[in-house]
Amino acid sequence: MDRNMEEFAIIDNYLCIRMPGEVDHHGAASIRECADRLILDDKVKNIVFDFEDTTFMDSSGLGIIIGRYRKISCFGGKVYAINTNERIGRLLKASGMSSIIEILA
Amino acid sequence: MEKECAKREVTQGMENQICVEFDAISENEGLARVIIAAFLSRIDPTVDQVEDVKMAVSEAVTNAIIHGYGEKGGRVVMTAKLSCDGELAVDIIDKGVGIEDIGQAMQPLFTTGADKERSGMGFAFMEAFMDRLEVESSPNEGTCVHMWKSFITGQIASQPILQAAVWNRSGRV
Repeated sequence: MDRNMEEFAIIDNYLCIRMPGEVDHHGAASIRECADRLILDDKVKNIVFDFEDTTFMDSSGLGIIIGRYRKISCFGGKVYAINTNERIGRLLKASGMSSIIEILA
Repeated sequence: MEKECAKREVTQGMENQICVEFDAISENEGLARVIIAAFLSRIDPTVDQVEDVKMAVSEAVTNAIIHGYGEKGGRVVMTAKLSCDGELAVDIIDKGVGIEDIGQAMQPLFTTGADKERSGMGFAFMEAFMDRLEVESSPNEGTCVHMWKSFITGQIASQPILQAAVWNRSGRV
């Protein structure tokens, strides 16, 4: 169940991941696997999660972000969340994610 | 039947209850969210209220699938009840492994699924997005998560104003 690789792009040393409309446990595994493959294969330093299409996210989404943060932060990489709608922005802030990632609405 | 209809007008919103049973596969997490959102649509909730309930249901169903059944399949039952006074009660029931220590399981950031990158925020989210949460569980028998949320504030805000406008016949409040 591979995700469409168009949802993943590497620009300079940034891995950009276009998140699906609904981020839950169901889709989490494939996002994780694809992202981790790219983190290993290429010289990815930072990760950008693009939430433009996302209308729903539960705690599985936090798991994805925390997991990727752990993988790249030890090499000085940063994690960004962009295009978050009001609700997802609020969720990331309320759950304390804003202390480890940068949220750009 | 006629009597039933008359009663419906008086109480302004009859009690309604659903019970859905589905396979414990991750695909059905989205289904459970869609069902609960559709079930709520009758009482005209706000977008935020619907999203709160969808979030809590998603967490509880995901817990049943991952922790209750260890992703090996089984059946999850979701019951939802809307009472006349606009309170939603949702139960998510599994017949999985159960929880040894409910207090520990409900601690924010506690997880037995760290290898699967679970955030340990499931119960915390259910508590945060619903009004009330109760968990019943016995090892090897299963888990039942009860959640409640009141939608009464929306009704209070809109209905008296409308009624007042009708009563004073001016159309103004």
